[in-house]
Amino acid sequence: MSFPWAQHYEPKHPFMRYMDERLPLPRLVYNAIGGGYPVPRNLNYFWNFGVLAGLALVLQILTGVILAMHYAANQAVAFGSIEHIMRDVNWGWMLRYMHANGASFFFIVVYIHIFRGLYYGSYKAPREMVWLLGIVIFLLMMATAFMGYVLPWGQMSFWGAKVITSLFGAIPVVGESIQVWLLGGYAPDNAALNRFFSLHYLLPFVIAGVVILKIWALHIPGSSNPTGVEVKSPQDTVPFHPYFTAKDGFGVGIFLLLYVVMVFFAPNYLGHPDNYIEANPLSTPALIVPEWYFWPFYAMLRAFTVDFILPAKLWGVLAMFSAILLLFFLTWIDRSPVRSTNYRPLYKPFFWVLVLDVLVLGYCGGSHAEEPYLMISQIATMYYFAHFLIILPIVSAIERPKPLPNSISESVLHGEEKESAPLGAGGVLPGTQPQPAE
Amino acid sequence: MVRIIGFFVGLGFCLVLAIAFFTGAYNHITNPPAETAEKEFHLHPKPLALESNGPFGKYDRAQLQRGFQVFKEVCSACHSLKYVAFRDLRDLGYSEAEVKAIADQWVIQQPSVNPDTGEPSTRKSLPADRFPAPFANEVAARAANNNAVPPDLSLMAKARENGPAYIHSLLTGYRDQPAELLKKFPATKTPEGLHYNPYFPNLNLAMPPPLVSDGQVTYADGTKATVDQMSTDVSAFLAWTAEPKLERRHAIGVAAFVFLLVFSVLTYMAYQNIWASKKRELANA
Ligand code: HEC
Ligand code: HEM
Repeated sequence: MSFPWAQHYEPKHPFMRYMDERLPLPRLVYNAIGGGYPVPRNLNYFWNFGVLAGLALVLQILTGVILAMHYAANQAVAFGSIEHIMRDVNWGWMLRYMHANGASFFFIVVYIHIFRGLYYGSYKAPREMVWLLGIVIFLLMMATAFMGYVLPWGQMSFWGAKVITSLFGAIPVVGESIQVWLLGGYAPDNAALNRFFSLHYLLPFVIAGVVILKIWALHIPGSSNPTGVEVKSPQDTVPFHPYFTAKDGFGVGIFLLLYVVMVFFAPNYLGHPDNYIEANPLSTPALIVPEWYFWPFYAMLRAFTVDFILPAKLWGVLAMFSAILLLFFLTWIDRSPVRSTNYRPLYKPFFWVLVLDVLVLGYCGGSHAEEPYLMISQIATMYYFAHFLIILPIVSAIERPKPLPNSISESVLHGEEKESAPLGAGGVLPGTQPQPAE
Repeated sequence: MVRIIGFFVGLGFCLVLAIAFFTGAYNHITNPPAETAEKEFHLHPKPLALESNGPFGKYDRAQLQRGFQVFKEVCSACHSLKYVAFRDLRDLGYSEAEVKAIADQWVIQQPSVNPDTGEPSTRKSLPADRFPAPFANEVAARAANNNAVPPDLSLMAKARENGPAYIHSLLTGYRDQPAELLKKFPATKTPEGLHYNPYFPNLNLAMPPPLVSDGQVTYADGTKATVDQMSTDVSAFLAWTAEPKLERRHAIGVAAFVFLLVFSVLTYMAYQNIWASKKRELANA
């Protein structure tokens, strides 16, 4: 596809030739994730996370479709139908724990994937579209996860839904009508539960569609790499199969190993105990928190505690949405031509402060809205916005990057990426003489 | 353009946050949060060692049977167990006949309809039935319990942080209100009809101490029924009602873990091998 030296699909078996002339699906696969897709040879383990996100999506769809066969989206019986799945359905407990923890693992993987993109400048030309589609996926994932959490109709489902949908009420004038329209009522009830189930079933397939677009877009320039230097010659690449299918296979093993530990030995660790209490609109839990993967954004929402021109709640809502939406504009905010943060000495410490900052926000978001957590969230939210909107443009304008290697193969030769393949390990077209390293 | 707009948006958020920060800090200093009795006297559950803990944990059948006996003779007077059926007791090691007898002799009967008159009536339980609730509805439950509803216990062990340990601490944690507390917070004297218990989040709950004297239950297996023993046993039983598939889960988890460990080692070796053979090819060229 992307490079002139990409290997061509040549069906050997007569049946495959027959297929290729009628429905060239094997050719598509070969060019997308087979020998026909040349990939930079120096990708490190952070490039495993795209495939892992795909695996997580597949796991969610498979377990989810089966759960839906036993789940009943009705206010009166939803909570009981979950217990029916846990107790009476064959393997129901396992499917449910896989699905619940699968959502958490999906987010862990995607957060690492996003930070990989931030560190290695994957949002820059020519991969802007890949990044933008990625953010679209991220938004869809958040919507899906939020609605999925409502389905068991536990206390946290109900109160979480109530708090989050009431955010729309902060919008001036039309807010309340929007909130009522979204919920089909003034508080979450049967109407809300039914539409959330319908959308929760729908959105993962929309995500799958956007993932296909994203991979299509990625395959035009091909993957970036830890140096951020574009591929220049056949020496810089190896075919995806078998080199990266093997590496991804190992990544999948480690991912599943950690997943199994959570699913089978600590299945409720990431959940909230209150969600094992059936929803009760008359009893407010002591602490209403969303799932852990929303905590950083929840902390930003709660950090705005004073009315200043606008009501505090509206500030919080604006900040929460801006925190994600600003990622759409990153390509135009960061004007440094250097992709990889490895070569950006001034930007690098700020990147790591950002990572720490998001972790701190996450911690505060899961705590009670009281001091000192509010003050910490306020500082951390300030840094989050300052990082992207103030520091990044300034740093990218004044920074003197370190010299870049001339090519990926040169960088590999000099051992700059420890775990990357040594020069000459594959990527050699049949018939061409390999160029031994001096 | 994007950068200029972004710069001002960022500045705007930072400004509002700075105002919020200084307002909050000022309030915090001038008006520090009042100490509360809940904050100072609430205790975290004591650790509880159960056979079912840990990745290889299994339920202790004899303990579950004792716990069930405590539930039957004490707790079931007030608490329902609506997600558990009599047939589930087979998991505790009871035979089919024993389960049938337990269902048949259960004091509270199942709501039913008189087949001749259609009037509401009751019937004896069958193994397929769930445990019947002690109160017909919430109003009846409140009326009998000082305006509090005894919650269903099926999922209690998962519905509280560190559930089984919490239940054990709660059941054995009743005591007189400490004098210190009354001195410091005179307004928080335990109201009439409530009971002081430092393990309960707001320190006073409506449940009277259910386990009060050694020998309150005469265990069928001869174990000495101290309050601590009964409380531990019923906590273990409630751990089972909340997570009846735990043993299956642990067994499959261990198998899956071992399988994936081997899988990961093999894929790692395949990965190294695939990259290395190319390298060797090159060295020999
Ligand atoms: C006399 C009736 C009665 C008996 C007997 C009784 N309980 Fe309760 N229980 C209650 C009431 C009432 C509440 C609600 C307390 C409240 O919310 O203040 C309650 C609450 C509880 C709670 C929940 C506490 C919480 O965190 O909300 C647990 C756990 C519990 N009981 C366990 C037991 C166990 C185990 C037994 C048997 C050993 C038992 N109870 C026997 C009446 C009873
Ligand atoms: C359902 C979720 C997602 C799936 C299945 C997915 C899948 C993939 C795959 C298979 C790759 C190629 C392998 C790799 O580079 O890791 C990739 C690359 C990429 N993804 Fe994702 N992704 C998802 C979500 C996201 C999100 C949320 C973002 C960013 C906001 C994102 C941004 C990118 C970028 C920029 C690249 C190119 C990286 C580079 O080559 O430097 N992706 N994705």
